[in-house]
Amino acid sequence: MATHITESDQLLGLDRDALIEMLRWMILGRRFEQKSGEMYQIGEIGGFCHLYIGQEAVAVGAISPLREDDYVITAYRDHVHALVSGMDANAIMAELLGRIDGGSRGKGGSMHLFDRSKNFLGGHAIVGGHLPVAVGVGYSIRYRDTDAVCVCFLGDSVANIGAFNEALNMAALFRLPVVFVIENNRYGMGTAVHRAAAIRNLADRACAYEGMHGWTIDGMDVLEVRRTVQVAVERARNDKMPTLIEANCYRFVGHSMSDPNYGHYRTKEEVHHYKLKDDPIKRFIDILEKHSLINEADLKGIESEVRQIVEASVEFAKNSPLPEPQELYTDIYSGAYPDIKRRDPWR
Amino acid sequence: MAVIAYREALNQALREEMRRDADVFLMGEEVGAYQGAYKISQGLLEEFGEWRVRDVPIAELGFTGLGVGAAMVGLRPVIEFMTWSFALLAIDGIVNAAAKMRYMSGGQFKIPITFRGPSGAANQVGASHSQALDSWYAHVPGLKVIAPATARDAKGLLKSAIRDDDPVVFLEGELLYAAKDDVPEDEDFLLPIGVSEIKRSGNDVTIVAHSRPLHTALRAAEMLEKQDGISAEVIDPRTLRPMDIDTILESVRKTNRCIIVEEGWPICGIGAQIVDDIQREAFDDLDAPILRVTGADAPQPYARNLEQLAFPQADFIVNAARRVCYQE
Repeated sequence: MATHITESDQLLGLDRDALIEMLRWMILGRRFEQKSGEMYQIGEIGGFCHLYIGQEAVAVGAISPLREDDYVITAYRDHVHALVSGMDANAIMAELLGRIDGGSRGKGGSMHLFDRSKNFLGGHAIVGGHLPVAVGVGYSIRYRDTDAVCVCFLGDSVANIGAFNEALNMAALFRLPVVFVIENNRYGMGTAVHRAAAIRNLADRACAYEGMHGWTIDGMDVLEVRRTVQVAVERARNDKMPTLIEANCYRFVGHSMSDPNYGHYRTKEEVHHYKLKDDPIKRFIDILEKHSLINEADLKGIESEVRQIVEASVEFAKNSPLPEPQELYTDIYSGAYPDIKRRDPWR
Repeated sequence: MAVIAYREALNQALREEMRRDADVFLMGEEVGAYQGAYKISQGLLEEFGEWRVRDVPIAELGFTGLGVGAAMVGLRPVIEFMTWSFALLAIDGIVNAAAKMRYMSGGQFKIPITFRGPSGAANQVGASHSQALDSWYAHVPGLKVIAPATARDAKGLLKSAIRDDDPVVFLEGELLYAAKDDVPEDEDFLLPIGVSEIKRSGNDVTIVAHSRPLHTALRAAEMLEKQDGISAEVIDPRTLRPMDIDTILESVRKTNRCIIVEEGWPICGIGAQIVDDIQREAFDDLDAPILRVTGADAPQPYARNLEQLAFPQADFIVNAARRVCYQE
């Protein structure tokens, strides 16, 4: 598939409202993650926390064309996928703070966000473990004979794990409506892609599965991501065929909060280069400005609205109580958990 | 009632539950066209078609996770492992995905899935194919673990497992598939998960055993009765998690002695947990230390004589019972 975008199809036939909505999601994602980083630094968020800053075009480009009955599933860098899927910012921030009003009642944390009501299926923290799960969602769609699709996000390092082959093979074999979107941010933690994968373009792995297309695209261009995912989604919906998309992108921050933005495995110059030349939000604003679809006042309006959402989420989360002690032993089984008291009388 | 084999009982359970609920499907290696490596799924492909009886590639982690995903959005998968030894390749899907999804999502997603297949001792298939990893799964909160010893229990418990809203690890005895007994033909015959059964009443010593060792324990009980005049009560927990410990405690309070038998390795085994429960709640009722008869603490050997030695034999149980009754 040609990935070159011409001036005429650049806006994908989307109206101004739809385009501004996409920009709004990207800015919300950016500001939410910046706030998450702050909350981590002051000790309000614990554990592992992986920020999405720099990759916003992928989640927004891939999720924005979906229908309400479509599914989204991702790995542990999941805050923005959850947001764009429609999960309430308050419920996400409360989860990050380990509070009872979090999406998982404070029991999942940053890497395990879920929102059943929005068909957002997580939030999975074992690398590669969620790919077979996505294939199962695709299987259920065919089983029930509906035309929904499942979009599965994965990191570049997943292309090297056994579950990747098992999942993609079955997706193609059973003709399942799953769109796999590799977010190739160039490093699996601190290991450059070329040091882990014996292939230049990860999407080329699709050629191992009959009928599966593999497309490598500019993942910093939200419209290119959207256009490509739309084609893949239609193919999944109508022809019941999976697609493998590799969206080349870059994270502007460390792998997790314990990893500095640059240092041993990538240089300060490299990070600055991407931030300066390839910021997906700046690039999208440039396009919208060129088409006279946005001005300074519009941007200020979006920033102000987004700031309110983010600040409100922090207020909400801080005011939400910690889970009661009995929450330790709830949500494990469908029914009662009878032997706990006798085996654990001290707690 | 009809006298049928354990494998037929499992087949009936699957067929009845698949007829009853269109969301139930079976998936595994060779379950369809081949009719099941152990013929558990005989005839099911013909009746239900390929979307409900799905042959899969040899990709345990893949089809396990597939089942979890299907369960997240409302189906009731039954995932067959050709043996539980192969499920080692899928343990991330069972432990990290199936068992924890409800908890990690704060109760948003239930995972009504049944993982089933042959487990435990087999005939001369060696260390990688012959093992009882029951305690591995029983260790994990979020899983239920069932290990039936009879055709009747296999049918009633598999039907309950499929209807259950939690992930169930269903361990079938690889050497029990041909074992026959009376099995109700009633389509609503269900046995409750988490209920032990007294398989033989007695007064002098309690023997706890599940899966194939239950039959060994029953033979040992006959030997004890005839040779030593010792009256053994034999209890099958049937469900290893959650385990009905009360039936065992009640028996121990009567006999004051207990032997626990299992095919698995001794360290951190199922019996170790039962010992803990008994000593905590019935310490003053014990007249002798609790003894365990387990699989040998060694990989499973191939040679027939060594293999015999590696799994619990009736005379091991007899000797243990004599010791706790101080009749050596």
